[in-house]
Amino acid sequence: MIEVRDINKSFEDLHVLKDVSVNFQQGKTNLIIGKSGSGKTVLLKCIVGLLEVDSGDIFYSEQCFTSMNNKEKKQIRQKFGMLFQGAALFDSLTVEENVRFKLDMFTRMTESEKTARVNFCLSRVNLENKNLLLPSELSGGMKKRVAIARAIVLNPRYLFCDEPNSGLDPQTAILIDRLIKDITEEFNMTTIVNTHDLNSVMEIGDKVVFIHEGSKWWEGTSKEILESDNTELNNFVFATSLVRQLKKQDDI
Amino acid sequence: MTLLHHIGKYALLLKRAFARPEKHKVYYIRLIREMEILGLNSVGIVVIISFFMGAVITIQTAYNTENPLFPTYLIGLAARDSILLEFSSTIVALILAGKVGSNIASELGTMRVTEQIDALEIMGVNSAGYLILPKILGLMILAPFLSALSMIVGLFGGWISGTAAGVISTPDYIYGIQFAFIPFYITYSLIKSVIFAFIITTVSSYHGYYTSGGALEVGRSSTLAVVHSSVVILLFNLILTHVMLS
Ligand SMILES: Nc1ncnc2c1ncn2[C@@H]1O[C@H](COP(=O)(O)OP(=O)(O)OP(=O)(O)O)[C@@H](O)[C@H]1O
Ligand SMILES: [Mg+2]
Repeated sequence: MIEVRDINKSFEDLHVLKDVSVNFQQGKTNLIIGKSGSGKTVLLKCIVGLLEVDSGDIFYSEQCFTSMNNKEKKQIRQKFGMLFQGAALFDSLTVEENVRFKLDMFTRMTESEKTARVNFCLSRVNLENKNLLLPSELSGGMKKRVAIARAIVLNPRYLFCDEPNSGLDPQTAILIDRLIKDITEEFNMTTIVNTHDLNSVMEIGDKVVFIHEGSKWWEGTSKEILESDNTELNNFVFATSLVRQLKKQDDI
Repeated sequence: MTLLHHIGKYALLLKRAFARPEKHKVYYIRLIREMEILGLNSVGIVVIISFFMGAVITIQTAYNTENPLFPTYLIGLAARDSILLEFSSTIVALILAGKVGSNIASELGTMRVTEQIDALEIMGVNSAGYLILPKILGLMILAPFLSALSMIVGLFGGWISGTAAGVISTPDYIYGIQFAFIPFYITYSLIKSVIFAFIITTVSSYHGYYTSGGALEVGRSSTLAVVHSSVVILLFNLILTHVMLS
């Protein structure tokens, strides 16, 4: 479980996160939704400690992350898996080396065990026989998928995904969503996913947190979203006509 | 104030870079790779620069000493001392600051702005250690070899140009470069080259690692890396000359 308590974050004059408190549950896919620029990425980066919060605390399974020293942070981070919005693959390493990285760094596996594990993770994101390509030779969606394989290679306890399916075709997007949900349940991880894709919300959102202009505006399950009468949430969710129709059918 | 701020931040980065590696084998592989990228790939430019430097120094010394009382073998001696004392360490270091410094700063800067450094941190890897330490050690290990190579090629260049221009004969040149030879000059030069390698890699890493923004800032970091490494090299050259030769 990850608990965020009253965090604030500003960049100079820009107050991006305002008193955000939220609990992310273990074994569940927790979604953070909100408009572009609402502060989702900043929130996620504060949670993993890439940005320092101005005030407030973050707890990982009751341990206070914000007051940990560097060594303790390093240790808990070995249980993290993170997918960045821009993939952030190591561009001097091949696909295989990218995915292997944590195995080389933190395990005593043999070469053949590592190769098997890498190929298994790559097959789960539908990327076979691309092992020897460099990131510059991949499409945007393929980079994302490699980054997901890299994030899950060591079965993290905490998985963070920033827009895992932006830039992917609908079919692959669903595949990635399912993969995230499956491994979350299989390994009882605490997973936090940033998205503005309503398909994902309906498909995998066990818990949904809606961020509006840097504040937590609403939280609930994906089913409750359709029934909510929160104006900002409705404006966000019912922006597309398809979902509006769904809502109408529901009402009848 | 801001200079002190930079020096403090630089020192803290170095402290992180020299922390205990997570896994020695991974760092060792990185070290070998950096030795190749930073050191071996610089052999070509060092050879070219040194050859022409040696050639020019010899001819210039000859033209400036066209005096019948001046034995020609002294041209060899003067060229040798210039090459050993200054050119093979300081000038080569300045050239490397341009090549290696911009390479390091743009690599680390790009990794910073594309969040690759964040990705390392999130994995629980000490990004400063993993990225910077192999660069520092890699160039420090190879710098004396580059410097020694530069000495040899420089003296060779002097011989070729001196004899080709007809300002000195082969026996005179050979005699001259051995005359009143002080072996400490070589040690001095090699020590300087190691210190300069440290300056180039750390100053450039500092600029690259703390890049913020986008592609434009990467370019800026890379320019600053070259300029600042060069200035620090010249400053330390002065200090080291004073400390070691006086
Ligand atoms: N490093 C930074 N320095 C200054 N301002 C920043 C920084 N990072 C983000 N911001 C600002 O914080 C706000 C929220 O940005 P954030 O990246 O969290 O949005 P987002 O919700 O992730 O949007 P998107 O869906 O487009 O990814 C924006 O106004 C942005 O300009
Ligand atoms: Mg974002």
